[in-house]
Order: sequence, then structure tokens, then C-alpha cells
Amino acid sequence: MAKIYSNKAKIPKTMKPKREVVSFLLSYSKALSVIKIEDKSFEIIVN
Amino acid sequence: MANLELPDALLVKNYVAGNENALATLIKRHESKIYGFIYSKISDRDISDDIFQDTFIKVIKTLKSSSYNEEGKFLAWVMRISHNLIIDHYRKTKKMPLFRETEEFSIFSIMSDDSPTIENKIILDQVEEDLKKLIEKLPADQKEVLVMRIYQDMSFKEISELTGVSINTALGRMRYALMNLRKVIEKHQIILTN
Repeated sequence: MAKIYSNKAKIPKTMKPKREVVSFLLSYSKALSVIKIEDKSFEIIVN
Repeated sequence: MANLELPDALLVKNYVAGNENALATLIKRHESKIYGFIYSKISDRDISDDIFQDTFIKVIKTLKSSSYNEEGKFLAWVMRISHNLIIDHYRKTKKMPLFRETEEFSIFSIMSDDSPTIENKIILDQVEEDLKKLIEKLPADQKEVLVMRIYQDMSFKEISELTGVSINTALGRMRYALMNLRKVIEKHQIILTN
């Protein structure tokens, strides 16, 4: 049987960020509002 | 229609309109592609997580401030943001190289703490104490010169002026003081090392 010399991909296809990272992003998104007044934008984070 | 079936462009539009679930769907849909891309450049899970997070913080801010021009290329746009953040990361680490602890490399092999340990301090104090006791046993004239020279850091000229003897006599007394100390140390086999 022929040998396969190619290396396996080092990066698994199913790599995902930590669940906490995604959870943080979704909470951050809910808390953030951006208000534009004329040419300035203000970021407001709701606690 | 469930969010999962909607195209990116529509999800972005819904998100900008206030539908937070649309963002969750967008992240879920593209997280492995984006994260895999970052990891392929960084090869570190924690840093990749940080860059992934920073990427989406930028995405969220841009979308919420309505400054994103939808051209049907959401993924390409996010990838470009992460690519820029990867470059920023390498620029920063170039200035300040990052050493990570691995099996082959220990950060402590190049970093060391030269300050004495508690044990070394105790030993040093003990040695000092023993030495003082030995000096006390020296003849008064020798002891006087040795104390002035070693503990008061005086020059032989100053010692000779203060004790009223010549420099040569002061030097001779110092020499005898050291010889006598050595003799006592050898005789009693005292160890005076740290």
C-alpha cells in the first residue's frame, strides 16, 4: 500500500473561539449604543 | 424565516435595525472561518481569542454607527479587519518580543533573581556574627586597625594619623590581624562561607 507522506493539517477545521468570547461580544453588542450628532459619534455602554 | 437561512446582507440589515439575534447568527456562521484564519497566523489560542474579540468589537461599532456600506461581502470585510489586527499584533510584539513558557524553553533560564534568599541572609548574618566574635579576640592594636579598615572603610593614611603610628606599622598590624584570624579559623575549623 502506498505511503502517504503529506502532513496532516495542523489547524483543525472546527476551531472556534471560546464560548466566553462570543458571549462577551453578544452582551457588549446589547449594551452598546452609538449616537451620531452631526459629524461626531458617541458610544454609550449600558450597565 | 429563521435567521439561519437568511443571507449575510439581510442579517446585517436586521442587526443594524436592532435585531441582536442577527449578530449571534453572523458570528455562529463565520466564527470557525475567521478564528481559523487568525489562528493560522498567530498559532496561539489566547491571542487568537483576543484578536477575534477585537475584530468583532470593531464590527459591532461600525455597524451600530451605521458607517458600514453593505456590498454583500460581510465575511471579506470582517476578514480584512482581523487581518489588520493581526498585523498590529505583530508590530507590537516586534517592539516587545513575547516569550512563552514551553517544555523546551523556560523564561526563568534568562531571568534570574540575584537577591539572596532568606536562608542565605540567615547564613550571612551568622557568618558576620562569628567573624565579629573572632575579631574581638584579636590583640587590641590589630583589632583597631582591622575595624577601621574593613568596617569604617578608612585608608591606611587616615588610620596611621588617627592611631599615631606610621602607615607601615598600620599595614603590618592589618597583616598580623588577618594572619591571626586565619589561624584561629583553621584551628577551630570554622566555616565562614555563604
